[in-house]
Amino acid sequence: MKIAANAVAGTLESSDVYVTVEPAQELEIEIQSVVYNQFADQIKESVMEVLQELQVESGKVTINDKGAIDCVIKARVETAVRRAGGAK
Amino acid sequence: MRRSMLFIPGNTPNLLMNADVLGADSIILDLEDAVSPAEKDSARVLVRNALKSLQYKGCEVIIRINPVETEYWTKDLDEIIPLKPNMIMPPKVNGAQDVKTVSEYIGKLEEKCGFPKNTVKLIPLLETTLGIENAFQIAGADERVAAIFLGGEDLTADLRCKRTKEGNEIFYARSRMVCAARACGIDVYDTPFTDVDDIEGLYEDARFAKSLGFSGKASISPRHVEGINEVFSPTQAEIDYAHEVMETIRIAKEQGKGVVSLRGKMIDAPIVERARQVIEMEKAMFGGLEDNE
Repeated sequence: MKIAANAVAGTLESSDVYVTVEPAQELEIEIQSVVYNQFADQIKESVMEVLQELQVESGKVTINDKGAIDCVIKARVETAVRRAGGAK
Repeated sequence: MRRSMLFIPGNTPNLLMNADVLGADSIILDLEDAVSPAEKDSARVLVRNALKSLQYKGCEVIIRINPVETEYWTKDLDEIIPLKPNMIMPPKVNGAQDVKTVSEYIGKLEEKCGFPKNTVKLIPLLETTLGIENAFQIAGADERVAAIFLGGEDLTADLRCKRTKEGNEIFYARSRMVCAARACGIDVYDTPFTDVDDIEGLYEDARFAKSLGFSGKASISPRHVEGINEVFSPTQAEIDYAHEVMETIRIAKEQGKGVVSLRGKMIDAPIVERARQVIEMEKAMFGGLEDNE
């Protein structure tokens, strides 16, 4: 799936994550998190897992995490990517 | 055992994460009214992931999908059925055909996933005047239907009357639904009591629903779960009496007696059936529920 447009998913509520995706030449992941020191690597791993499943090879993904668990992060990234690809 | 059913908004992670610790026998993960049209896609994926990752121990999982007249309901089922929820709640069901349409689609997905037929049950939500008038046809429309559920808020809008705490305006709908469900041998659930802060009113409303024959009641607030569970549980006196009935029947059978009485009252088939139901509830309450698979 190609990130063809800007899209967002999620919220800035506690236990949620706000994901922004936008077109880019290369794959770039930026993470801000209230638990960055403990979980940044795990968050990146979850994001990468979803991007690989959806066959996303390029684009900028920005994560603003408010303490979301793994399944929430994956859901929000998937939704943002699908929205950016024009799928609903 | 299903006494209380608690609605959980489908697009709210902090509520989805903790849904199984709020004491409800069933949780209803809501993809319909609690989710705005712009977030339907987001909620669908979030609920699917929650079902995949969270265990929801000790409570039944029901998913309220979007109505059959919308573009969303098949997408909801496509994502949710592979995760094998216990039940699907189609809302705004107007007649038997709505149930058959949803059931047929679930059947195709079950087959694709390799699940046995009718693995996922249905609890249609009746909340229109047409739905209430067709309650019996809906309750008996399909093998998958395990219960029906009354939605009072939308119904009163359709009736063009005000929803009150006393509930006189939904008395006919309540009675009709109980009768339809019992005639089809399935369970029936009452509409939520919507004043979250009025706990005494909740007890009164739940007791009235129980007196009409409802199996349990839904709630939109975790604060109402305890009261609903209490009202729809048998009392210790009822449990003791049920055991006495079964013991009396056992002794009578041993002695070859055809007619038996307890405390001066003849024990007939309905009394035995009621005692059996109470003992089943007792086992479910104190024996614990199986973990949700």
